[in-house]
Parts: sequence; structure tokens; C-alpha cells
Amino acid sequence: MHQTTKDPLSKYPRYLRKDEICNWIIGNGELMELFNLSVRDAHELLVKKEISSVELTTAVLANIKHEDPKIKAYITITEEHALEQARLADIRLNSKENITPLTGIPYAVKDCISTRGIQTTCGSKILEGYIPQFDASVVERLDRSGAVLLGKHNMDEFGMGSSCENSAFFNTHNPWNLDRVPGGSSGGSAASVSTGLSLFAIGEDTGGSIRMPAGFCNITGLKPTYGRVSRFGHIALVSSFDCVGPLTQTVFDCAIILETIAGKDPKDGTSLPDPVPTYTSSLGKSVKGLRLGIPDEYFQSGMDPGVEKAIQDAIQVFENSGMKICKVSLPHTQAALPVYYLILFAEASANLARFDGTRFGYSSRQNVENVIDLIVQSRQEGFGEEVKRRIMLGAYVLSAGYYDAYYLKAQKVRTLIRDDFNSAFEKCDAILAPTCPTPAFKLGEKKQDPLTMYLSDIYVVATNPAGVPALSLPCGFSEGLPVGMQLIGNHLSEELLFQIGHVYQTETDWHKMHPILA
Amino acid sequence: MKFEPVIGLEIHAELKTQTKMFCGCSADHTTITEPNTLICPICTGLPGAMPVLNKKAVEQSIQVGLALNCDINEINIFARKNYFYPDLPKGYQISQYDLPIASNGWLEILNETPGKTQRVRIRRVHLEEDTAKLTHQVDFSLIDFNRAGVPLLEIVSEPDMHSVESILSYANRIRSILRYLDVNSGDMEKGILRFEANISVRPAGSKELNTRTEIKNLNSFRSMAQATEYEIIRQINLYNNGETVTQETLGWNELEARTYSQRGKEDAHDYRYFNEPDIPPVHVEELLIKKLSLQMPELPDARIKRYTDQFGLTPVQAQALVSERTIADFFEKTILLSSSPIKTIYNWLVGEFTRHINERRINYQEIPVTPDNFVQLMDLFTSNVINDFSAKEVLAEMFNSNKNAKAIVSEKGLYQISDEDFLAGIVEKVLRENPEPVKQYQSGKEILFKWFMGQISKETKGKADPQVVRHLLNNKLRVQ
Repeated sequence: MHQTTKDPLSKYPRYLRKDEICNWIIGNGELMELFNLSVRDAHELLVKKEISSVELTTAVLANIKHEDPKIKAYITITEEHALEQARLADIRLNSKENITPLTGIPYAVKDCISTRGIQTTCGSKILEGYIPQFDASVVERLDRSGAVLLGKHNMDEFGMGSSCENSAFFNTHNPWNLDRVPGGSSGGSAASVSTGLSLFAIGEDTGGSIRMPAGFCNITGLKPTYGRVSRFGHIALVSSFDCVGPLTQTVFDCAIILETIAGKDPKDGTSLPDPVPTYTSSLGKSVKGLRLGIPDEYFQSGMDPGVEKAIQDAIQVFENSGMKICKVSLPHTQAALPVYYLILFAEASANLARFDGTRFGYSSRQNVENVIDLIVQSRQEGFGEEVKRRIMLGAYVLSAGYYDAYYLKAQKVRTLIRDDFNSAFEKCDAILAPTCPTPAFKLGEKKQDPLTMYLSDIYVVATNPAGVPALSLPCGFSEGLPVGMQLIGNHLSEELLFQIGHVYQTETDWHKMHPILA
Repeated sequence: MKFEPVIGLEIHAELKTQTKMFCGCSADHTTITEPNTLICPICTGLPGAMPVLNKKAVEQSIQVGLALNCDINEINIFARKNYFYPDLPKGYQISQYDLPIASNGWLEILNETPGKTQRVRIRRVHLEEDTAKLTHQVDFSLIDFNRAGVPLLEIVSEPDMHSVESILSYANRIRSILRYLDVNSGDMEKGILRFEANISVRPAGSKELNTRTEIKNLNSFRSMAQATEYEIIRQINLYNNGETVTQETLGWNELEARTYSQRGKEDAHDYRYFNEPDIPPVHVEELLIKKLSLQMPELPDARIKRYTDQFGLTPVQAQALVSERTIADFFEKTILLSSSPIKTIYNWLVGEFTRHINERRINYQEIPVTPDNFVQLMDLFTSNVINDFSAKEVLAEMFNSNKNAKAIVSEKGLYQISDEDFLAGIVEKVLRENPEPVKQYQSGKEILFKWFMGQISKETKGKADPQVVRHLLNNKLRVQ
């Protein structure tokens, strides 16, 4: 299903659609589709005036028209808005003033991130038709940098899911195999970047929601340190876990975007005041002597052999690059999943209370006798099954008599998980782990069994209660499907993760593989 | 059997900050009356909007905590109190649970025994956000979010009070402390101060706590007093009839003057409190507490002590002056400038002066009479230039026109007439024209003396020196 050859012409033949204007370019001796450009390369071409932002945006929009009916990555496409922004970006590029690395670059955001004047649904019927009055801080920053917004990506309803199948609207398909899921909950974003339906995407990771679909779709995704990127305008799932972050083709792109979106935001009291480093400046530095920790607990039963092989190969690449490989232990790994879900249920049950049918979004109109009917029915009819299941569990774990046994205990164990990472980072500089125990599973395979679905998050959830950053990147294939691995670092160690990840992407080509759609 | 009431009070006071507790909207929802004009995505709970704590609200709360002799908690945690109601846009109220701003305080108040004080313990002082305002119509309801998110301070006492007089005295004192600190206008009509009373009764002399009921949403001192009185009697009657009190939440029906059940113990809300993840714990540093305490004005307690020690007022008199800071400040300025006796100034201030303010519904911040001018009036009065009757007229005119006392006296010709010869003529004229009352007086109806005084006052348009008239009248009536 995928192409691993380095011959540029056989790599991209299917994208040479001569009927579309300006959809390809020859750069560095390789034949490139415009929509498959990395952010870094596109920026270079824009600055050199080899392409314009309108050309680039038009090419991506054409690709969306052609491919999105198969992938279904987008809930909303804002074509006119995008072309208008592209025109403005071209003026900026022509004036050579105030150009940022993202000026004129087309991107899209997960549909849980508020966009002023553009429908924002969280993948839920309860928000269908809801038009925010304000931009999320991250969108505001990207807007200021001159990036071009193409639309909003599909997702599991309110981020609850690992397959995108919990979207109230439609499934998104994995571009590497349309019968498979793209992962979740930022499934639309990952499928989109993987297929060139956007040059990068902004997703959100509560317990793997950026990394897991990035792994399934063969792209790079970062869950930043908690508080590194403002959450203002992101429609909260778990306020103490949620991290807004980039999904990109390369580590380099990830670094560029984090530079733009990270930093203290006066509108988010939990955003971190620490200065934002120039992440791209550490790229290219050697990793010689750095210690890479392999957690014992992550390499036990349940892992797909193809995944295991890909990870072992990656370890070899790091070792060849001069890194020291060492064993570390995260003893409370078993507890991470229950802790994650208990806190998720609790916080989500409160975060979703504002969807009551009184001010915005879906409002039930049938047999409504009083305001309590209105609230109950709007929620009953507006929320999907998984969301209702989690709200009920959340109300339960917080209720009098159960609070201590569930919520309070989960908070205590959360501290132990944090301590696990703290002591592991005394022994190593970064931790390497698979992103997911298996490659992408089939659509419908796990939908009826929420518990199995929860288990696919086993490697990604622990970082969120701990608040530490993790970078997922492509590391091979198992039976034709991409395999992702994640580099987990200590608090605010994004720079280091990029440095290590970039070395890996210099040594390997996995991240350059694009799916070929039938 | 004799019963003793056991009462605790919860006072909700909106803080007088410029902006709301978590957003930049103006908190002044009582002046702006157009609904839904002081709102934004944060205080209407739109998806994705996040709260950012108003530092001023925390500082004001700390000052209240200090004034109530509380421990100020080093770490402040905000919590979500979860329940559904259309006046609560997020579906939870951001409040405090485990670690409030302040706890373990006390307040000294005058209690039901004249001249006696008592200490009421304060359990906690915590900060939360106010809700939106609902207006119910026949078949629909309206929501005004102007009030949503206004900082609200909750002051919870221990059940240390045993009479309606005590809770009134306690509530009054809290109200004046809030006004002294300038953190709440104390304006009951606008609902920015509200009460809830926890009430139980027990056999006098007993120390145990019986089942209590809680009366919600008492919006005035009057309804608080009436509702508490009613509830005490209702509970005593239940026990006397061999029945028991049920733990429940009550409402107060102002029109029918009775409490009614809102919900029983089994229907009690489970608020599922948990720490608010959007607001990091607030660390209150020792230095900030010191700074805030230095910025605090002299509080009612200290003033009462000073007024009794320095000026010889009784505690009750001092309390009457002190409960309203503007009046107390006015008093101090006046006695500094005036040669009149302190007692006279006191009587005029808590009497006529306050009467005008109340009758004319004047905001204490906008009293038209200046201390200078008032001193002029007092000195004219005590040096007998004008009499009591005229002084009252002058004061009324001062409230009307801003003119100074001397100008009004000369304009109206109110100088007191003390000339004995002139007044003697008037007295004779009055007696001559009223032979019948004179006869009655002389045959023992001495109460008519006042009537004669009144007649003479009429003749002189109130300007006669009452002492001279009294003396003349006595002599003439005796002579005849």
C-alpha cells in the first residue's frame, strides 16, 4: 500500500494531475506536489517567490476537493476565507515585511478549537451550527503569523475516542487503508496532514489524541508540556490534561509551529510563563552521549510484532547516532489508564455541563414543559453514547460516598505517576516508547467494546496526568500500516525532543512516505 | 418548657470590584440596568472561554478576613460546585471548598442583653461567583447575565447567636465592616447583601444541637428578622406538640409572612465539588497580608472603643454613630471644629441629621451638608443665636440648598428673640386673648402650659427664646 522507494518519480506519480494548475513543483531534484510540501520547504518557496500563497492554497483546496470525499477529514472547509487570507499573505510576502515562517502556509484546526465566525462543533450534534464569537488564542497567534486557515477537522465527539468513529457526523478514513481508522481523537487532522489536505494541523491531546492518530497516519505530532500552549478557546475535555499541539510532516515543522503557538497567555491562567526557546536552533545538533530510556513496563505482552520490530529498529538508529540506551522503570504504568479515565470522567462531566440547550447549540424543541425538561432533553438528544457514558461515570466518581474511593484516589495515584517520570528522568534524557500497541485497526472493530478501545491508549495516556511532553514520529510499517513511536521528555524539554527527533528523521525516510489513494 | 434558639448566619456580599471575578466585564450591574449588556464569552459560559482570577477580589476578601479576626490561608483553592440551573451558565459555580480565603475568626457584637457584648465565631470566609438573574413570566423566563460572575463573598458564622436581636446586631456589624473596607455598598435593596439563617431550638440550658432548618434568600434585615422569629416559634410549637423538626431548606414568603419547605434532607443537592483545574492554587504571601492590613481603615470595633474612651459616649451611642462610616467621619470632623458639647452634636447627628438622610433617601456618599456648615449651625444653636425650632428649619434648608447656616438664618430672619420686654408684650397679648384656657390652667390643668408656649411660638414665628418665654409665662400665669 505504501511506497518506500526513493525514486521521486515513482513516489508521486498519481498526483500529477495536469488539469490542476500549479499543483506540482520540482525542488531539490525531486518532483513535489505543492500540497505535499513541508512547512519549511513551502516557506522557502514562498519567500523565493517560486510560488505564491494563493497558488499553494489553491493547490491544497483542489486536493481537498479531490481526496477529502474519500478521507473525510474536514467537517468544515472555509475556501473563501482561506483564499482571502492567502491574498493578504501574498501582499505581506511581496512587501517583505513582517514575514514569519508560517506566512501564507495553509493549515486547518481540530474542530474543538474555536474559530471566530466559523462553525465549531467538537464533532458533536450538540454544537452543530455553533459559530464562536472569538478565536482561540492559538488561532489568533497563527492568524497574526499570516498562516491560512482552510477549515476544521473531524474528531471524536468532544475528544472522546481513539478512532474518530465517535464523531456525530461521519467517520474519517485512514489514508493508508480506507477500511481502517485514522486514530483519534484528532483523526481528521492526522489524516489531513498525511494526505496533503493541509500542510499542518493544530490538534489537541488529552490522552494521546495527537500522538495516536499521528502514529496511525505516518505523521509527526507533538503533545507539548501542560501549559506550554494556551488552552483559551479550546473547548475543554479535561482541563488539567488538555494540550493543544501541532501535527506535521516533520519534526522541523513541529518546531516551527510550536515557536509560534507556545507561550504565556493572559487569558489562560494555567499557561506557563517560561520563555519560549527558538526550537529550530537546536535542530541538527548531535545527540551523542544523550541517554535514551526504554521503559520495561512498555515492552510486555500485547504488542504487535510489527510494532515491536519497528521500535527495535528505531532504537538501533538512535544507538548508531551515539545515544546511550538504558533501561528505565515506570512502575505505575498499570495504574495510568484507570487514573487517566477516572479524572477524565470527573472533569469532563463538569466541562460538558454548559451544553444545556439554553444559550447556544442544539436545543430540544419537543415536549418541553419547563427549563429542566429543556436541559435534560437537549443533552439526551444532543450528546452521543460515549459522551453520555463518560458524563454519567464522571458524576458517579465525584458523588458523595464515592469521591474518596475514585476521584481522590486517582488524584493521589496521579502524583505517583508524576514521580515515576521524575525518577526516570534522573536516569535518562528522554524515553522511547511505541505510540500504540498495534497499527490502525479496522473501522467498526472496537466500536462496540469501549474497554478495548480504551486499551489502545495504554502507551499515550500516562504523559497527560504527568504533564510531560511527548513527540510521536513515524518509525516504520507493520503489514503495510504505519507504526509510530514517541519520545517522552521531562517538563519543558520540547527542544531536546525536537533535537532527538530531527536526528532520527535525518537518518530515516519513514516520515517522507505518503499514502497513495485508490 | 423554655426554649433557646440557636442561630448561625451565612452572609453573601457582592464585592465592589471594578470588573467581574473571572473576566473584564464591569461588575457594576446595579447601575447598568439594560439586561445582558455587561457580558462576554467568559461570564456567559461559552465553550472554550476560560476564567482568569481577579486579584482585587482576592485582596478585598483577605481584608474582610483580617477584619473578622480570621486566619488567612496561605494557599487558596477554587472548586467547582456542580448543579444545573439556567442562572448558572457553566453548569458549575466556581467557589471554594477545602481551602477558603479565611477561616476561624470572630466578631464582638452587642447582644440581646442591654449593654452586653458577645463573641460570634466566624467559621469561614470564601469567595465565589454570583449567578445570573432570572425573571419568571407566565410561560417563559428571562435570563440577565449582567450579574453572572460578579465576585461574591460568603461569610459563615458558627451557630453562636440566640436571639433575633443578636443576628441583627451581627449582620449590621458585618455590613458596616464591609462598608468601612469599601468592598460592598451594603445596599440591601439592590440585593448585593443577602442572608441565609440556620435555625434550631433547644431546651434552655441544654448544650446539644437539635435538628436545624435553613432559610434561604433573605434579602433584607426585616425579612431576616421576621423569618427567623417565625421559624423559632414554629419549631418551639412543634416540640411543644410532641412533634419533631425535620431538617430541610426553607424559603420565606414575604406576603404571607411564613416559611415554606423548598427541599428536604433526602433531596439535598450533591454538589460534587472538586478542585477547579482552570485556576491554579493562589499563594497568599505574608507580605501581601501585611500590605493589605496596613491599607485598612480604623474599623467599627476600634472606633466604638475610642468613642467611649475619648468622648464619653456609651457603647450603644458609639455603635449608633459608628455603624455608618460617613456619619462617624462627619462626627469626628464636626467635634474637631466645633465648640459645642459633644453630646449635643451626637444628638443632632443621630437624630435630625440622619432623619433627613433617610427620609430623603440620600446616598451617604452624597450628603449635601459639609461638616463646616454643620459646625456653624451647631455653634449658632448652642450659643443661643437660634433656638431648637429654628435650628431644625435651618438644617432642613441646608439639605435643600447647600447654603451655609448663617446665610439661611439671616435670610429667614431666624435670630432668636430674647428681648424680655418685647416677649412680655407677646405673652400678655396671648393671655388676654385666651381667658378660658387661663382659667382652666389656674384651676389645675397644668398641661395647658405647653399650649401657651405653642401660641407664643406661633406669634413669634418660632423665634422666641424658649427659656425666656417659659420664665415670663410662669410669672404672668401665677400673678393672674
